[in-house]
Amino acid sequence: MNDIKEEQQDLPEVVGLKKQFGDGILEVSKSLDCTVVMVRCDRIVEACHYLKDQQGYEQLMDLCGVDMSEYPSFVKEDGRYQVVYNLLSIQHNKRLRLKVQVDARQLVNSVVEVWPTANWFEREAFEMYGVIFNHHPDLRRLLTDYGFEGYPMRKDFPVEGRVEMFFDDEQWRCVYRPNAVENRVLIPKTWPGADRG
Amino acid sequence: MAEIKNYTLNFGPQHPSAHGVLRLVLELDGEVVERAEPHIGLLHRGTEKLFEQKTYLQNVPYFDRFDYVSMMANEHAYALAVEKLMGVEAPERAQYIRVMFAELTRILNHCMWLGAVALDIGAMTVFLYCFREREDIFDFYEEVSGARMHAAYFRPGGVSKDLPDGLLEKIKAFTDTFPGYVDEYETLLTENRIWKQRNVDIAIVDEETALAWGFSGPMIRSSGVAWDLRKTQPYDVYDKMEFDIPVGATGDCYDRYLVRVEEMRQSNEIIRQCIEWLLENPGDIKSRDGRLSSPDRADMKGDMETLIHHFKYFSEGYHVPAGEIYTAVEHPKGEFGVYLVSDGSNKPYRMKVRAAGFAHLEALDYMCRGHMIADVVAILGTQDIVFGEVDR
Repeated sequence: MNDIKEEQQDLPEVVGLKKQFGDGILEVSKSLDCTVVMVRCDRIVEACHYLKDQQGYEQLMDLCGVDMSEYPSFVKEDGRYQVVYNLLSIQHNKRLRLKVQVDARQLVNSVVEVWPTANWFEREAFEMYGVIFNHHPDLRRLLTDYGFEGYPMRKDFPVEGRVEMFFDDEQWRCVYRPNAVENRVLIPKTWPGADRG
Repeated sequence: MAEIKNYTLNFGPQHPSAHGVLRLVLELDGEVVERAEPHIGLLHRGTEKLFEQKTYLQNVPYFDRFDYVSMMANEHAYALAVEKLMGVEAPERAQYIRVMFAELTRILNHCMWLGAVALDIGAMTVFLYCFREREDIFDFYEEVSGARMHAAYFRPGGVSKDLPDGLLEKIKAFTDTFPGYVDEYETLLTENRIWKQRNVDIAIVDEETALAWGFSGPMIRSSGVAWDLRKTQPYDVYDKMEFDIPVGATGDCYDRYLVRVEEMRQSNEIIRQCIEWLLENPGDIKSRDGRLSSPDRADMKGDMETLIHHFKYFSEGYHVPAGEIYTAVEHPKGEFGVYLVSDGSNKPYRMKVRAAGFAHLEALDYMCRGHMIADVVAILGTQDIVFGEVDR
């Protein structure tokens, strides 16, 4: 365990980030695939600029939201949503994961100015979780229906949805009505070793 | 003199060369595209939400339906992600089978791509040629999994069944003839005057732009970046394979065509190397870790514990240790990544699929600006877009 700790401390980008941003870096940990850096919400854009320009992380491969509200170790004070940035450095052949944790009222600064590709990824995170990206050039819904209401990937959004669409013969157009479908859970969620009665 | 105004044109979502359901709002100045705004999501099925309600085994078939032209390549990323989280490695034979089918899938995908693009640009024959070879590969899919397209063949821990007798010989016969077929495609296209006029110097993307827009796979290689996850971050047995990575020089549509055609030839070589190994090395095709594999049916008849194991495996499923992982594979279209967060239960807590086409389509606006309206179709085609993965 100690070896891993020392190894991650030596990573130049982690050392650099800590030196540059001090308490803007909340936590550094080692995941199975790469190092994970938790960044304070207001420093994310600068951190991304630094990683791209000085540490060679040219590509943002993925950006996504995670709703942590039902995660076993979740504490409310941490903020409900995580925004996860998966970076890739082609010149060093390395990956790095950045995370920002916010609650629904906090704004996350957009990284579109660093990587233009973040545009759609942030739009998706916004429409799925309601995380608002500040300074985003065009923050609209992306994948859901025109005029869709709600944030479907939140844990409290029902999987069967809230409305259904059908064609109304009288009005001769598509209309929405409250959903009549019920959610069926065939296989409940279980944890190993839990007493299932 | 009359004032000339820009006008807006709605392209799709039912246009045959929109490659599925893309609605594209084009702002035109005469015939020149000023702005292209893709409207996606018409094929959005909420798969990521569904993942959270299904056990890990039930999630496998959803992956076939992401990029429905390269089914097994999608499953590959998922299988690797779950294996890594559980700390299990698939047996060597399973890894060879997976690499072989991943490469067959690459040929499948590139055949579909080449046929469709050529058809969009106006060459009918290539489409017929390509679908002839696709049919052979679908037969291999069917023999090994029972389904022609949505195979659900790569499972966490290995593959679902061993290869049937005689299949390797058939694939070998295919690899013997396939380079000749690629020559046929090339005779029709590579030096074809119309093909070159439609593709050369269209939508040039330089290295820096390609990186900034998150390109991957053939798209970034044709812009001159020698980057292939099979070489740089090898998974399964790709480190034992000998193959070359084609890299483009200018980064235009024609380069992207050349890169993909060469990839077909290289994939063919990888398949041959796999067949050679597989013919000589029988063995396990699924991890012996009881969490990831179901017991033999014969054992179930006489042993209660095995029967319980079988029942639990297919009903409750297995538990994946808490943690998170991002796994990427070199999908025929680019980097296909799975970001999996597990809370230790039998269902994923959150699974995000990073589709290559999503980032590519986003750059469509950049690539189309200043080109003629007819080039939009060529550019869209050259990105190799499939809406199953873009919309998820």
